[in-house]
Amino acid sequence: MSADHKTTQLDAPLSETTRTVTLVSWKTAGVLATVTLLYALLLVAVPHSGDTRFLLSQRSDFFQIPVVVLPSAPLAWVCAVVLLAVTAVAAVLTARRRRTPTWLVVVYSAAALTGFLAWAGAGSPRDLSIVGLLGGAVLWSVPFVYGALGGVIGERAGVVNIAIEAQLLGAAFTAAVVSSITDSAVAGLAAALLAGALVSLVLGLFAITYHVNQVIVGVVLNVLVVGLTSFLYSQVLVPSAETLNSTTRFTAVPIPVLSDIPVLGPVLFRQPLLIYLMFLAVPAVWFALNRTRWGLRLRAVGEHPKAADTVGIDVVRTRYNAVLVAGAVAGLGGAFYTTVQLSQFGENMTGGAGYIALAAVIFGKWDPVRAAFAGLLFGFASNLQNVLSVVGSPVPSQFMLMVPYVVTLLAVAGLVGRSRPPAASGEPYVKG
Amino acid sequence: MRLELRGITKRFGALVANDHIDLVVEPGEIHCLLGENGAGKSTLMNVLYGLYEAEEGDILLDDEVQRFAGPGDAMAAGIGMVHQHFMLVPVFTVAENVMLGHEQTRGGGRLDLDAARAQVREISARFGFHVDPDAVVEDLPVGVQQRVEIIKALSRNADVLVFDEPTAVLTPQETDELMAIMRQLRDEGAAIVFITHKLREVREVADRITVIRHGKVVGEASPTASDAELASLMVGRAVELTVHKDAPTLRDNGLRVTDLVVTDEAGTVVVDGVSFEVSGGEVLAVAGVQGNGQTELTEALIGLEGDVTGSITLDGKELVGRSVRRILDEGVGFVPEDRTHDGLVGEFTIAENLMLDRSDGPPFVRRGALQLAFRDRFAREKIAEFDVRAQGIATPVGRLSGGNQQKVVVAREMSRDLRLFVAAQPTRGVDVGSIEFIHKRIIATRDAGVPVVVVSTELDEAVALADRIMVMYRGKVVGIVPADTPRDVLGLMMAGISPEDAKGEVTA
Ligand SMILES: Nc1ncnc2c1ncn2[C@@H]1O[C@H](COP(=O)(O)OP(=O)(O)O)[C@@H](O)[C@H]1O
Ligand SMILES: [Mg+2]
Repeated sequence: MSADHKTTQLDAPLSETTRTVTLVSWKTAGVLATVTLLYALLLVAVPHSGDTRFLLSQRSDFFQIPVVVLPSAPLAWVCAVVLLAVTAVAAVLTARRRRTPTWLVVVYSAAALTGFLAWAGAGSPRDLSIVGLLGGAVLWSVPFVYGALGGVIGERAGVVNIAIEAQLLGAAFTAAVVSSITDSAVAGLAAALLAGALVSLVLGLFAITYHVNQVIVGVVLNVLVVGLTSFLYSQVLVPSAETLNSTTRFTAVPIPVLSDIPVLGPVLFRQPLLIYLMFLAVPAVWFALNRTRWGLRLRAVGEHPKAADTVGIDVVRTRYNAVLVAGAVAGLGGAFYTTVQLSQFGENMTGGAGYIALAAVIFGKWDPVRAAFAGLLFGFASNLQNVLSVVGSPVPSQFMLMVPYVVTLLAVAGLVGRSRPPAASGEPYVKG
Repeated sequence: MRLELRGITKRFGALVANDHIDLVVEPGEIHCLLGENGAGKSTLMNVLYGLYEAEEGDILLDDEVQRFAGPGDAMAAGIGMVHQHFMLVPVFTVAENVMLGHEQTRGGGRLDLDAARAQVREISARFGFHVDPDAVVEDLPVGVQQRVEIIKALSRNADVLVFDEPTAVLTPQETDELMAIMRQLRDEGAAIVFITHKLREVREVADRITVIRHGKVVGEASPTASDAELASLMVGRAVELTVHKDAPTLRDNGLRVTDLVVTDEAGTVVVDGVSFEVSGGEVLAVAGVQGNGQTELTEALIGLEGDVTGSITLDGKELVGRSVRRILDEGVGFVPEDRTHDGLVGEFTIAENLMLDRSDGPPFVRRGALQLAFRDRFAREKIAEFDVRAQGIATPVGRLSGGNQQKVVVAREMSRDLRLFVAAQPTRGVDVGSIEFIHKRIIATRDAGVPVVVVSTELDEAVALADRIMVMYRGKVVGIVPADTPRDVLGLMMAGISPEDAKGEVTA
């Protein structure tokens, strides 16, 4: 063929790529500097003295580790120096147009946390349980992680799932009622799944079929479900709380051997079923999205629906499918409130967890594994206040209630690099 | 497979995009659909492909009437399409794009990527492509992306292949290669529909030519017909295909760009160390395949790019770092590449669009109030001067045809005291009559002593308007050459080959 030699001739310039430069922003360095400053101010303005007792094992544990007692003020100041050093390194790197590596941020966070705990637990006669801190974090992250997975699935298909909050709350309510009636936590879980999917169906109807702005539908659904569950709660659940609102819960199921590993054992392997399911769900969602036909089509529809349409993929059906699965997964997170955490439903008991899950989606750059870790981080922040109130920390509990949101804000604003949402996210697909 | 379209009619509201179109394409034939932008070619092909549902008419394959509920059905029936705007998922790999919609799976619902890779390699080898199945599509040059589209169609054993304006994004040499591929496909027995509005290409490969105008078939032409014959059939009247201009009278003033570097949000250097000068009274045409930094260059000139280093001086004044407003105040006129998106507000009237950049003071605004009488008088003058065909000045701009919309943009940008005029793709999607008019105005601006920069991906337009031609490739200037440089040389330069090497290669 005559074109052959021309093809080879032109190959060189065709395959050559454009020059790129690494863009860095001062955002990360700025956030680190701000936190360092606030932390130092805290140490100076409210100095604590005494020792902090870090507890690494529980009395029931097979292996016993003695309590670590450290002088609080020196430890807090050592951490402050580490924070300052990392901030300085980040600033220098940014000035040289280089990115701050993730491990530096991890070191920074660990130091900030240690310092803060040392300060908060100073002088308290009670032990600061590391297992309680981490195990509680895993527990508290359940709604965030499931919610974030639901958010990721929806948005990868091009439907912004703002309604996570509604899915969590609706599922929590349904799980409470069903678990109370049937005396079965598993039945409650199944009902939660359906409730989440039902909220999704409404979202899909408006967002996919009627092309209504997805953010608006999502927000309206969130408000609607708060109203609906509160109404049903006061009219139906409160009068017959015995039969309808006293749930059978999942109890912790220790996994033999694994649960005896020091620290990690009780944190990861002495948990209720719903948590183990979460450990499986995260890689499963990753696999489904990235390695299966279902996931390929789902992502195609979220990136370039018209291209998917031109190869015979039914965009509307694929999106409905994704949104329903997303709702069901988020529903599992909702079940946490009434089948793990408490044995009854309470008005608006999710209290904005759905929005934090949404932040985890973005913080996790629309990747299920990263989003799950983001959820875990937010879970940790939520749990911190519980642990500190147990230690009898001087920090007012109202203040600590803000922590998860502040962490979310700092994380999403300061530490998320340039990330790209699915190209067709939020855009209804109109044929022709 | 023999394709026949019978009496296809497709309406968009009141607009009849296809009006009882009949078309027969035999196997082993390249059938050219020739027509101006907006003639209804893409619409017809989208009907064929099941993307649009026709109001009337039938699609027949081997004399059997087909019912396509969607593209899936059309594909299953053996129709493949290389779309004008590529239907590829940018973040997917080549293999993923090729397999999408007909994926093979292994146990556990896992995608069988190996099978897809093998298929990409096999088809690539058949046609002498060099396509890496694991490359991410958005990282590939457009020419290669187009081959991915072809592989996609062939991987489904298409017997009828539609190419919708495939050459719009290619260099002349890539175009030649594509034509060779189309001939090979034809020789293998495929029925090929080739859509274009470039006469040169039609004559080169077409076995038969059908001309469409305003949604109707206006006739068949022979591949041996002359350019003038084809053009008049396409446009409906005799057209002037060349631009008349005298030798330039250069002035001292002008634009000087030095070491301009523009970086986009993703960190890609889209304009990479560009330097050039344009004197008053001269047209510099910037040629190159779409997406080689021309758009960003023009946007940097007007202050629309964020991350810019280097220097842009106009009559000695530095423009880099100034706001768009202050650059406009220096007397810069700018026709953006995408008029519907960046040049006009579709819902606003002609009169409102004509004063869009004048809202900050007299004579259009006094003491914060719009001067409606003045605005309307101004608009009436301009639509007369620039031959905008519309019901009146109160017509929303979105209702005008592409050519008239563009004349509104040009009118607005030319009605200030200009010291620099920048036009990106000034005649894209514009009818031939309006092209003539806009070209005349651009030359008139040049003759008034203004430096003019015209970006065009249509080599013919660049050559026709230019006093000098600057070719860009991958954000860099390949060379600045006289307007009478041979097309072959320009074509090679558009592929990144230096002017010296290109000349050597052409004469060799
Ligand atoms: N989806 C649509 N909605 C409304 N009008 C359309 C649509 N698609 C195309 N048109 C109009 O139909 C006419 C034919 O367009 P098209 O088939 O794209 O032309 P061509 O491909 O020949 O350039 C144009 O006037 C165009 O504006
Ligand atoms: Mg077209």
